[in-house]
Amino acid sequence: MKKITALMLVCAMAFGLLLTGCTVERVDGGDTGTPSADNTDTPAATDTGNTGSGGNREVTVYSWGEYIDETLIDEFEETTGITVNYRTVPSNEDLYSLLQQGAISPDVVVPSDYMISQLIEEDMLQPLDYSKIPNFEKISDRFKNLSYDPENQYTVPYTWGTLGIIYNTTMVDEPITSWSAMFDNRYTDNVILIDNSRDAFGIALYYLGYSVNTTDEAQIREAYELIADAWDRGIYQGKMMDEIFQTMENGNAAIATYYAGDYLTMLENNPDLAYVVPEEGSNWFVDAMCIMKDAKNVDEAHEWINFIASTEANLRNMDYIWYASPNEEALEMYPEWYEEQYGEPLDMELYEIMAAPQEVLDRCEAYLVLPQEIRTLYNDLWIQLGT
Amino acid sequence: MKSRRSLFALPYVVWMALFVVAPIIMVVIYAFTSAGVTAAEIGDFTVNNFTGMGTYVSIFARSFQLAIIATIICLLIGYPLAYVMAKEGPGFQRIATVLIMLPMWVNFLLRTYSWMAILENNGLLNQFFDAIGLFDLINGIFGTDITFFRMIRTQGAVVLGMVYNYLPFMILPIYSVIVKLDRSLLEAAQDLGANSASVFRKVIFPLSLPGILSGVTMVFVPAVSTFAISRLLGGGTHMMLGDLIEQQFLGGAYNPHLGSAIALLMMILVVVCMWIMNRFGEGEEQAVML
Repeated sequence: MKKITALMLVCAMAFGLLLTGCTVERVDGGDTGTPSADNTDTPAATDTGNTGSGGNREVTVYSWGEYIDETLIDEFEETTGITVNYRTVPSNEDLYSLLQQGAISPDVVVPSDYMISQLIEEDMLQPLDYSKIPNFEKISDRFKNLSYDPENQYTVPYTWGTLGIIYNTTMVDEPITSWSAMFDNRYTDNVILIDNSRDAFGIALYYLGYSVNTTDEAQIREAYELIADAWDRGIYQGKMMDEIFQTMENGNAAIATYYAGDYLTMLENNPDLAYVVPEEGSNWFVDAMCIMKDAKNVDEAHEWINFIASTEANLRNMDYIWYASPNEEALEMYPEWYEEQYGEPLDMELYEIMAAPQEVLDRCEAYLVLPQEIRTLYNDLWIQLGT
Repeated sequence: MKSRRSLFALPYVVWMALFVVAPIIMVVIYAFTSAGVTAAEIGDFTVNNFTGMGTYVSIFARSFQLAIIATIICLLIGYPLAYVMAKEGPGFQRIATVLIMLPMWVNFLLRTYSWMAILENNGLLNQFFDAIGLFDLINGIFGTDITFFRMIRTQGAVVLGMVYNYLPFMILPIYSVIVKLDRSLLEAAQDLGANSASVFRKVIFPLSLPGILSGVTMVFVPAVSTFAISRLLGGGTHMMLGDLIEQQFLGGAYNPHLGSAIALLMMILVVVCMWIMNRFGEGEEQAVML
């Protein structure tokens, strides 16, 4: 009898949890400014028509790891009295998955272009009030009205950069200029495939001369065949993401595909590495700040975005994370600023890798969100590659 | 009296309801439904998530194969050690237990990362082989031109990672069973004329079966579902079940329904394996009784 009671209890609890699990997502909007858990002694809040109930002001920001100069967070907290809950997630896909599960409720997120268009498509972002973000004017026109947000209603760019080939100059015979190196028998067992279906198939699509945003199944399958063939020939050591740092820095592979900003980090540990945006073109990406539709701290979120979009913040961020800023002033001032800070001139070659010149961007293409069936096709083919 | 005592189990019952039973129910619900408006919403009942499972047969097979190999190796290494440990004095036992537990004080991901540094083409092990002139020797004899052994990103490296990480979970349960064996049983066997080989075969081994069974369970179950080890040491070249499930949640296409279906199938297969093993174990114990 007791056992049955216990079992019933278990089931009841389980079911109760299940129901709350389903409804968690629905709790949104309405109430404002819940006091933060760690009420620090913030200076008197500079209340600017805040919707808050007079409690502590806060803003929750989700970004990527190692993706901000953290002194900026302290400075923002000191000057505004707003507590910043700064959290990180590993990737766009993790962010999306957490948002879908209702596991996190950020005010500000910093996704990449293709994820932004997906979030807009699924009505998860709210239009920004640009009158509260005067620093938006300083963003270069090149980074406004881009394909993921054509009328620029939802986003303020945070950083941008390119995807390219990183190679070890001591392990290749000649400078690499083309994606063909990713399929070349000379580099058998010496190439790292990026562990992200979009980027990996993108490599083959550029090489074949197709658009990375193609929805033509035949073209995608052709790209897959190209990769699968190289895979079968043993060109690739494996699929990697963060492990690329360790592998390339220690000279355990000759060629990898990765992001410009991370190349600069690797270069500090291995001066033999070189970076190239292949002649066939590549992906250039923008990560931009957006406010979630069900954000609780909308005013604070605007203040944060405006602060981060300022020239000063962009200079410091650029210097810290080595990803290029979209702020026109910051881009122009950076070499001079660097010399002032460090007492030596900036290596312009490196600067051009971080902030690629327009002629490089011209041959690059940004990712757009793909329809669900194409995303599933990508995923299925990607899994097929590993079986 | 009895009901008072069963109240003590309440914290765990609550815990289990929240963190074991409820998630399993969620997995089952997701596995048998299609996506709603968004992928995370629960739509209509369907078995479609299971019909396409045939394409993943090789991944299932590989996962079980590697996990079984790792479990057997753990048993072959772990059992003799546990046996020797149990026979030694208390000082030795204490030191050995600490040494076995010691690596577990460091996070398992960090330890797996360091295996990468050891096994890499330019890693510590290959540097060592190079330093002692092993490659020169081989190249001299066979006329080859190798500068390293390919160790990382092979299935062998994945098995090595599993054995390294899960070996303590094999040794400790076996040890704790053997150390508690009633010495008088062994003496009785000897008095009745059994030599040391038959004492081991007919008394010690059968009596240590419960330890072996729990050791095997504790190694096999995490090994079959690992994704960190196969990712870091297998380099994504040999996809395993854990990777496959992760791919449904964090890959390009967010599909928790298919992911849950694969997870459910994996759980069922693991339960079946454990059930068969336990049946086998019970039979042995009965044989001993007779």
